[in-house]
Amino acid sequence: MKNTSLIGKLISHREWLLAGIIALMLVGVGSTAPFFISPGNLAEVFDDTAILIMLACAQMLVILTRCIDLSVASNIAFTGMCVALINVAYPDTPALVTLIMSIGIGGVLGAFNGILVWLVGIPSIVVTLGTMSIYRGFVFLLSGGEWVNAHEMTPQFLALPRATFLDLTVLSWIAIAVTIIMLVFTRFTKTGLSIFAVGGNPKAAVYSGLNVGKYQFITFCISGAVAGMCGYLWVSRYAVAYVEVAVAFELQVVAACVIGGISIAGGIGTIWGAALGAIFLGLINNALPVIGISPFWQLAISGLVIVLAVIINSRSEKRGGRRILREAHR
Amino acid sequence: MNRPVLELRNISKTFPGVKALDGVELQLYPGQVTALIGENGAGKSTLVKVLTGIYAPDGGDILIDDKPVTMQAATDAKRHGISAIHQEAVMFDELTVTENIFINNQSRNMFGLLDWKLMRTRAKTLLEYLDVNIDPDLPLRELSVAHKHLVSFAAALSINSNIVIMDEPTASLSHHEIQELYRLVRRLRDEGKAILFISHKFDEIFEICDRYTVFRDGQFVGAGEISDVTQDDLVAMMVGRTVNQIYPKIETEIGDTVMSVNGLSHPTEFDDIDFNLRKGEILGFYGLVGAGRSEVMQALFGLTRTSSGSMNLNDKPFKPRNPGDAIDQGLVYVPEDRQHQGTILTLPIFQNITLPQLGGLSRSGFIDMAREYDVARKYATRLQLKAASLSENVENLSGGNQQKVVIGKWLATNPNVIIVDEPTKGIDIGSKAAVHKFMGELVAQGLSVIMVSSELPEIMGMADRVIVMHEGRIVARFDRDDMTAEAIVTAATGAS
Amino acid sequence: MTEEVLKHPMTKDLPDDLNNGLRRKLMRWETLLMFFVAIAFFTNTQISPYFLDPWSLSDATFNFTEKAIIALPMALLIIARDIDLSVASTIALASVAMGFANTMGAGPIELAVIGMAVGTIAGFINGWIITKFDIPAIVVTIGTMSLYRGIAYIVLGDDVYRSYPSDFAFFGQGYVWGVLSFEFVLFLVLAVGFGILLHKTTFGRRVYAIGNNPTAALFSGINVKRHRLFLFTLVGLFAGLAAVLLTSRIGSTRPSIATGWELEVITMVVLGGVNILGGAGSIFGVFIAVFLMGLVTFGMGLMNVPGIVMSIFTGLLLILVIGTPIIWRRIWAARKMHSNSRN
Repeated sequence: MKNTSLIGKLISHREWLLAGIIALMLVGVGSTAPFFISPGNLAEVFDDTAILIMLACAQMLVILTRCIDLSVASNIAFTGMCVALINVAYPDTPALVTLIMSIGIGGVLGAFNGILVWLVGIPSIVVTLGTMSIYRGFVFLLSGGEWVNAHEMTPQFLALPRATFLDLTVLSWIAIAVTIIMLVFTRFTKTGLSIFAVGGNPKAAVYSGLNVGKYQFITFCISGAVAGMCGYLWVSRYAVAYVEVAVAFELQVVAACVIGGISIAGGIGTIWGAALGAIFLGLINNALPVIGISPFWQLAISGLVIVLAVIINSRSEKRGGRRILREAHR
Repeated sequence: MNRPVLELRNISKTFPGVKALDGVELQLYPGQVTALIGENGAGKSTLVKVLTGIYAPDGGDILIDDKPVTMQAATDAKRHGISAIHQEAVMFDELTVTENIFINNQSRNMFGLLDWKLMRTRAKTLLEYLDVNIDPDLPLRELSVAHKHLVSFAAALSINSNIVIMDEPTASLSHHEIQELYRLVRRLRDEGKAILFISHKFDEIFEICDRYTVFRDGQFVGAGEISDVTQDDLVAMMVGRTVNQIYPKIETEIGDTVMSVNGLSHPTEFDDIDFNLRKGEILGFYGLVGAGRSEVMQALFGLTRTSSGSMNLNDKPFKPRNPGDAIDQGLVYVPEDRQHQGTILTLPIFQNITLPQLGGLSRSGFIDMAREYDVARKYATRLQLKAASLSENVENLSGGNQQKVVIGKWLATNPNVIIVDEPTKGIDIGSKAAVHKFMGELVAQGLSVIMVSSELPEIMGMADRVIVMHEGRIVARFDRDDMTAEAIVTAATGAS
Repeated sequence: MTEEVLKHPMTKDLPDDLNNGLRRKLMRWETLLMFFVAIAFFTNTQISPYFLDPWSLSDATFNFTEKAIIALPMALLIIARDIDLSVASTIALASVAMGFANTMGAGPIELAVIGMAVGTIAGFINGWIITKFDIPAIVVTIGTMSLYRGIAYIVLGDDVYRSYPSDFAFFGQGYVWGVLSFEFVLFLVLAVGFGILLHKTTFGRRVYAIGNNPTAALFSGINVKRHRLFLFTLVGLFAGLAAVLLTSRIGSTRPSIATGWELEVITMVVLGGVNILGGAGSIFGVFIAVFLMGLVTFGMGLMNVPGIVMSIFTGLLLILVIGTPIIWRRIWAARKMHSNSRN
């Protein structure tokens, strides 16, 4: 973001470091299984990671304001089931309308979280832990526990994320677009700047006339809307909707943010970091089977990576604080 | 005389248990610097928060250019052309200088997006106007305290405000930096801005202010032209009595050395601290805010590790690894920040008083509630604590009574060295006198007191000896006979 | 000044209401809870004629006892301003460890010791990372939540550990006296123990002090880090104990065992009146809340409500229980402010 200062360098270093590790992983895996780094396979890996990238970018905004949204995976399942059922009931609905609807439904779920955090003042961890099981339960109420399978969905519904353009799927392009929009949003809008400010120093934010709760609400709405859109994309990409869709995926999302250097204490992070964190996890998930490790390792690895990343973050964030002795400055 | 650009009439603000502002008034004139004078707790900071829209007043009128206005949020203040430079820099460490300056006042380009290029140029211009060389792309955390202040100046100037409020802007600046600041204030004044300058340092009030307004205990006491008054007049208005009466120095028998500190050093906060403390003495530590005094005291209390040096307490080596060690060996620390470090506001009085010595009031881990209550009652009575009951939460007490709980809590451990850090900060005059009187009684009984204070009259009135710190080092020592206000202040500002 | 003196009684007349004000405040929530327990109890008798049968009542306790046993130390942890989201995963890890030890031929007592030891270690690791690196407990335990269950999956994958020794079944299925199960008696004893620990000992008082203001607690000579580390380890130990009881009761181990329990345990604790932000709460409140949750879920079970729908109830309960007092306090404060300004 800002490259002139030492800390600025360190932060951007962090992203280069992560990019370097990702490159090394590619070389490593590629040396044992060359097909893994073929353009076609890389495009597939990216397609597989696209949803995680979008969710991580949105989650980053929430974390910047010192909150957390654990309900995103349940939001995906709920919104995905909603649009799948709508598709079954009204097969003529155009895919684009479905996409917009999913953004709306997800946004409403996110706004509900946000209102509880902003106006009622419940800690976000409690709110989203609660809505995580509420939204998941609603999927059951909606579907009666039944699956919506591929043959019940219309071809248009299924086609949208899979269509390809310039060798990348539409899903991948959507992820790229979301990332760019988020970059612009965080860097070039007043709301984006204010989100950094309220998370970095809530007290100073009040003195500057920024309403901390309102910005937290906004980030929950964004997180919900992105999760809703991913709900449609998920159900359509995997061509099935059921209660357990994306169970525990929120952990991967939080992991991606933490790996990307987003400070859980708020106010520090970049979209690049979040996106690279997501790509890192996506690579691991896709590379494990290739190098002959059982997919059962995935959960433990993302857990371990979260723990290691927060430890590393906590060390690099240790604010130097005010130093009194002049010599110590040098 | 022109008309006031801002006028407050009959402004009141009440907090649970405290009437912070009680029908105060204030006028600010364009092209004039008005000093707002008052002791800690007089209501100055509350007034700043009312003027900047952070607190809504309970009653009264705010008039700008003779028109009544309402202040609901910080954005209202900005809209009415009021900007403020707060006492602690309330800014964003993680954002850059440019982002901080324009946090609430951005320029946009033709697409409605923030125009950082333009803002960066404007930031440069503002900083050049202020005659400082700060890179506008640096994150704020990289700057010194003085430079952060200047950035908040730039932020205040970026809004084209007619009214500038400065809340104790010189509190943590060096002598040279203060002179720079005065130059800026005069420049703003000459441009026709109305400036409210909050301070309790008389030299600077007489140096740069044109008018004064005095508050005492949340009430308006008087206002007028600086040229019409003397320092003694202002002091009399501030405290409502003469200075000597506040500090009832009891002459005590000063005994042998109780504690000695030799070459105590910390990697970043203080260096080579040497002093002795004798029985029955009050040793004052004076310095500017941020001179490292509290850091030294916290090291004595086992809260921070030191890199070198040694300590002796009661002729035994003293090496506290944590506060528990220090308490066990008879040294206690009454911290500066009463509400966060000193007491647990949401617990009852008696639990606060007994917390440091729970072990002694229990049998195999079980608390002896009756004994606990007896101890609490004894010290509450001794300190003349005013409360409905000992089971009342500390948060319901006034600032002065909260401070009595903190002191009582430490006395109850029967220490022989007690360190008090800014013991009377933000408490009313009545309680202040009680705390001072009590400190006198303590040393008379043979305790030794280290008193950290930034209030010169308090240091000069209470201490037997004074140690002055500057930038983490001891720069001067005075005995009671040879201390003068000028010498102490000169040493504290680092002037040689 | 003089006015203030008049308003307050002189110090020597300070009334001696040892703890009364505090206790009255605490009692209000618990009375309300007992009222709800009565309603739930009555409703259940209406749903099923067999509900009042002693054996049926005894059966009802099984579905909440293990969670309730974790809720006791969790209450202390939350009062001290921390939280542990990894307890359910700790159960999975401990259960897998027992299953593995069983294949190596460990006896019932050894199995129980191994389960509790693994839990203790898991809790200690949480506490060590949190206090050593000064990281918020929420993130660390989200990480270990994933890590501990992940290890369980690595070890077991799709498999199941079964065929525990028949003696091992006593912990989760045995009866001590008549219809009173071992599990339930253990819970009652532990509840009394935790009540004494929290409300009568110096340790309990220090837990409250840390939860109300960790900085002031540190400045008062309390070794805050050591207390926090101990509490995390304690929660781990009891998660291990719960794993022993649960594994013994259902007689098998899958890596997905106890999924989602962290939510139910935390809901029990806050339903019991423990402030999620720390500093306040009582073991008695948690004790009643445990029965309320148990009765409601049992009643829903009687009505054949599926588990996933019950989780809607749990989630709503969590939000309502925390949200209602906050809204209530705000209304109360607004009213107080209003009456103040009129004076």
